[in-house]
Amino acid sequence: MNAVLEQTTTAAVAVEHLNKVYESKERRVEAIGDLHFEVRPGDFTCIVGPSGAGKTTLLKCLAGLLAPTRGAVRVNGREVTAPPQEMAVVFQEYGRSLFPWKTVRENVELPLRERGVPAAERARMVSAALEAVALAGAGDSYPWQLSGGMQQRVAIARAVAYQPKVMVLDEPFAAVDAQTRADLEDLMLRLWSDLKLTMIFVTHDIDEAVYLGQRVLVLSSSPTRVLDDVRIDLPTPRTQAETRVHPAFATLRTRVYGGIQAAKAAH
Amino acid sequence: MIRPALKKLFIELALPALLFALLYAMSASSTNFYFPPLSTVLQKFSAIWLGPRFFSDVIPSLERLLAGYLLACIAGVALGLPIGLSRGLRRAAEPVLEFFRAIPPVAVIPLLIMVMGFGDAMKVTVIAAGAIWPILLNTVEGVKAVDPVLDETCRTYQIRGLARLRHFILPSASPQIIVGMRLGLSIGIVLMVISEMFAALDGLGSAIIYFQRSYEIPEMWSGVLMLGLFGFALSMVFRGFERWALAWYHGMRHMEKKN
Repeated sequence: MNAVLEQTTTAAVAVEHLNKVYESKERRVEAIGDLHFEVRPGDFTCIVGPSGAGKTTLLKCLAGLLAPTRGAVRVNGREVTAPPQEMAVVFQEYGRSLFPWKTVRENVELPLRERGVPAAERARMVSAALEAVALAGAGDSYPWQLSGGMQQRVAIARAVAYQPKVMVLDEPFAAVDAQTRADLEDLMLRLWSDLKLTMIFVTHDIDEAVYLGQRVLVLSSSPTRVLDDVRIDLPTPRTQAETRVHPAFATLRTRVYGGIQAAKAAH
Repeated sequence: MIRPALKKLFIELALPALLFALLYAMSASSTNFYFPPLSTVLQKFSAIWLGPRFFSDVIPSLERLLAGYLLACIAGVALGLPIGLSRGLRRAAEPVLEFFRAIPPVAVIPLLIMVMGFGDAMKVTVIAAGAIWPILLNTVEGVKAVDPVLDETCRTYQIRGLARLRHFILPSASPQIIVGMRLGLSIGIVLMVISEMFAALDGLGSAIIYFQRSYEIPEMWSGVLMLGLFGFALSMVFRGFERWALAWYHGMRHMEKKN
C-alpha cells in the first residue's frame, strides 16, 4: 500500500479499507480485498486494472449502488449508504442507461425535474449541457437514432447538467471506435478543466488512463488491492498529437503496464 | 412514397375482396335455409344495422365492452405493478393468479346473474373479470424485465417513488402491457357477446340470439357480420393506439434491425 494520503484537505472521495464479498449458497467470492485511497477535490483520477479486477464492484460501492461488506466510502466526508446527490455516474452501457422513450433533451432534463429545478432554469441548463458535448442540434432526437459515440455524449451531458461535484465513469468509451474515443477523451479533459469537477474514471485501457489522469491507480486482480499509485505529471493542456509522444508518456505507460502485468501474473 | 403505400393497401385488400366475391358467387343460388345467399344477408344488414338497431344494439354493446375493458386495463396495470416490483408479493400471489386465470370467466356468469341480476353491471363485471388476466400477467412480466442498468441510472440520479414509476417502470413495461391489452380486448369482445346471449334485452349478442330463436336466419347472419365488423373496427382503433403509444419502441426495433 503506497497510496499517498493527503491530510491537508478533506478528500472528495475517501475509500476506507473497502472489502466486498459476494456470498451465495454455492460459493463465496471476495471481489475486493482491501482498498484504501483518497481522491482530492478537483483531481482527475483514473483507475485501471486487469479484467476481473473488481473495477465495476468498486464503482458500484462508490456510487452507493452496492453496500460494502467491510470498510466504507465517504463522499465529502459523509459515509455513502445510498447514491450520493453530489455524484453523477456515466455507465459503460450507454445504450441501456438512456431512456429510449424520451428524447435526448428529456433524458438530460429528467434528473433536474426531479430535483425541482424550475422549467426555465432547467431548459437553460439542458441547452448548456448539450452545447458542452456538441449535441445542441440533437435535442429532439431519440437516443436510438444516434451513433454510439453520440449516445455516450448524451449520457455525459446528463451528468454535466446534474451539476455534480464528483463524476464517476465506468469504462465509458469501451464500446466506441478509436477516432470517436479520442474525441470523447478530449471532451472529458475539456469538461474537467471547465467545470472543476472531481473525476473518477475507470478503464482497462492503459494509454487512456495515462492520457487523461493526473493520477493512475493500478488495481490487482481480485481480491482487489491498490498495486501502484502513479502521479501523472504530463504537461497540460494535453493533446492527442503531443501528449502521446511525450517521452514521459512512454515511461508512465510502461510503469502502469508493468503493474497490470504483475497483477495478471499474480493471479 | 405513394406507390409502395398503394401496393401495400392493394395486397391487404386483395384477399378479403377475393373471399367476399367467392362467397357472394357461390351462395348466390343457395336454397339452403340455414345458409342464405350473401346478397340476402347484405340486404338485411343494411336494413337492420345501418338503421335503428345500430343505436339500440351496437352502441349498448360498445358501452358495456368499453366499461368492462377499461376497468380491466386500470385494475390489471394497478395490480400488476406492485406484484411485478415485489418479489415477495409475486411469490405469494402467483399461485392464486394462476388458479383464477384457469377458471373460464363464462363459468361464473350464472353466479353473477344470481348476485348482480341481469343488468349492465353483471355484463361489465364479466367482461372485466375475463379481460383482466392477460393485462395483469403481462404487466407483471413487463415490470419484472426492466433493465438493471436503467434501474441503476434512476437510483444514481435520485429518480424515486412515483417519478420512477412514471418515467421508468411504466414505459419500460409498456410494450408488454400493450400485448396483454390486445389479448384482453379479444377476450372482452367474446365475453360481451356471451353475457348478452345469456341475459340481455339489447346488444349484439342478444340480437343474434333473438333472430336465431325466431328463425330469421338471414337476419342472424347479418348480426354475425356486424359482430365481425365490430371486432375489426375495435382492433383497428387499438392498432392506432399502439402505434402512437409505442412509436419509440417500434422506431428502436426498426433501427436495431437495420444495423
